[in-house]
Amino acid sequence: MRTMLKGIAASDGMACGRVYRFVEPDLTIEKRSITNLDYELNRFHQALEAAVSEIETIKTRATKTLGADGAQVFSAHIAMLQDPEVIGAVEAQVTAEHVNAEFALANVAADYEQQLKGLDNNTYMQERTTDLHDVIKRVTAHLLGVKLPNLSLLTEPVVVVTHDLIPSDTVSVDAKYILAFVTDLGGRTSHSSILARSLNIPAVVGTQDATSQLADGATVIVNGTMGNVVNNPSQQEQAAAQQKMRERAANMRRLATLRHHTTTSKDGVGVMLAANMGTASDIPNVLKNGAEAVGLMRTEFLYMDSEQLPTEDEQFAIYKQVVQALAPRPVVIRTLDIGGDKPLPYLKQKPEANPFLGARAIRESLAHQNIFRSQLRALLRASAYGNLRIMFPMIATLDEFRQAKAIYDDERSKLTTEEVPLGKIAVGMMVEVPAAAMLADRFAQEVDFMSIGTNDLIGYTMAADRTNQDVAYLYQPYHPAILRLVDRIITAGHAAGIPVAMCGEMAGDPIAVPLLLGMGLDEFSMGAGAILKTRQLIGQLNAKDLQSLVETALNSASTSQEVITMVQAAVPGVLTQN
Amino acid sequence: MEKREFRVTAETGIHARPATLLVQAASKFNSEVSLQYQDKSVNLKSIMGVMSLGVGQNASITITTDGDDEADAMNAVAETLKKEGLSD
Repeated sequence: MRTMLKGIAASDGMACGRVYRFVEPDLTIEKRSITNLDYELNRFHQALEAAVSEIETIKTRATKTLGADGAQVFSAHIAMLQDPEVIGAVEAQVTAEHVNAEFALANVAADYEQQLKGLDNNTYMQERTTDLHDVIKRVTAHLLGVKLPNLSLLTEPVVVVTHDLIPSDTVSVDAKYILAFVTDLGGRTSHSSILARSLNIPAVVGTQDATSQLADGATVIVNGTMGNVVNNPSQQEQAAAQQKMRERAANMRRLATLRHHTTTSKDGVGVMLAANMGTASDIPNVLKNGAEAVGLMRTEFLYMDSEQLPTEDEQFAIYKQVVQALAPRPVVIRTLDIGGDKPLPYLKQKPEANPFLGARAIRESLAHQNIFRSQLRALLRASAYGNLRIMFPMIATLDEFRQAKAIYDDERSKLTTEEVPLGKIAVGMMVEVPAAAMLADRFAQEVDFMSIGTNDLIGYTMAADRTNQDVAYLYQPYHPAILRLVDRIITAGHAAGIPVAMCGEMAGDPIAVPLLLGMGLDEFSMGAGAILKTRQLIGQLNAKDLQSLVETALNSASTSQEVITMVQAAVPGVLTQN
Repeated sequence: MEKREFRVTAETGIHARPATLLVQAASKFNSEVSLQYQDKSVNLKSIMGVMSLGVGQNASITITTDGDDEADAMNAVAETLKKEGLSD
């Protein structure tokens, strides 16, 4: 039966294909008595072999996306499944107690987990507990005869339907096997959405119950522009969707020709188009989409993907890898932006009534200087390998910037004394707190660059939490109040002779781009997937003509809708293409 | 039977990557290979055994090999320790 699910349009485009449910199955184990020992032991060995062969596949994929070092963890997983002591212990228990293999395996794993947990001074080993869970789960799934889905095991293009995606699900994903994403949870700014846009994969998020409504293997049409999913569409609908997919692919190929071009408006004004990124695994996609710089590299995932603080050396290796791979392009790395919607379990932050107005980002860094200093040292050391810039998030007052800068200077001079090679580093700030936006002229005297973080600037200016569906309508990037703040920041930066960038969603938004170009924004940083489209759009715009549009929008628009109407009137045609 | 003592020099001790490589090296031989640290001894062919010891920097460990290819096994383990920067 044909049904339609509604969700949030998270990444443009249409896709038609079969559902792959990426949902963890029920792995509850029951204790059973076994009569046929040989059969049980044989079953155990088959499950081990099947698990090893799956991990081999995952490892091969991960080697391609993460390199041999990144895939190393899977060699450890395989060694765990071939561990003679583990296998021996399970066999002994099955034989002696006549219990089923999954039950014995769970007991043996629990023993090892106990031993690992006892090593409280050894953070590496606690990480291995996670690895142990991972491999035991895979063998258990085989023993229970259920499918343990893994995106690295895909062999044909599918529509991935899942509760929500976390970064570790997607590090080793091969984008060519993913037609679209559909999730139960999330909004336009959740990880799933950002990932989908950066890979140019259509996505619908926040459907509430897609994982229970859509069956494995069912045919669906995902419309990421409208935000809906059609389950069991008619033949006619499928044919129409496939036609759309072909047109989209053709358009992508046209856009790809712009990959090595610089970005210039029709009347010759040059700007930089940069990418936002979160992990080193984003590098190939950043390059593929022709980014001229990285305007925002987030560092949260480095901290959130592990169970304890990453060491200075671990961070150094990743920062170095990123700046080296992208050199000579400038790479702006943002210091830790935790708190708010991104808490760190091992930091034991106090529960707060208003996390978005609480101890987050630079406030946390200044409060926990050991963490901040080790991040700055790692960044400084990596600066010798490329064009690295540092940006502090959530700066509200000049004092905060000065304090952060003083700590940076302190670590810099320590490393210089230690004769560690360092590169030249620009140190800038994000302007995302309205107080900083209002005082941008003062900040501009002390920072090397400013980058407007629109997601938070809009949230704090409109006093609305973007993750709260009930007030999401207040997230209005074109609202005249926001435009006036943005214009104020750009003007202040230019008066002081420093460049101004934007690294929020808004920088790649086709309605906002003409306004930002007219205001004179220097760098637009966005999800990599939007870069080529934006380059094409800017090439069709006359920057000088847009100045009068900006003036009208700033001085005589009262609502977001009025601004949209003004932009559409000033730039006919260009906004309908997608 | 061969027995040799090593001092772990790596800052991170024997963590996941070197543990995997040590186990892979030891598993190539017929001999029994064991690692002794403090009062515990584990099978060096068992990654869970090696990991559960949590050998840190400056630890003194003893490797024992026993079997028809014990000398080769000892050399392979010693070489892996050296190559991974675990010991001098």
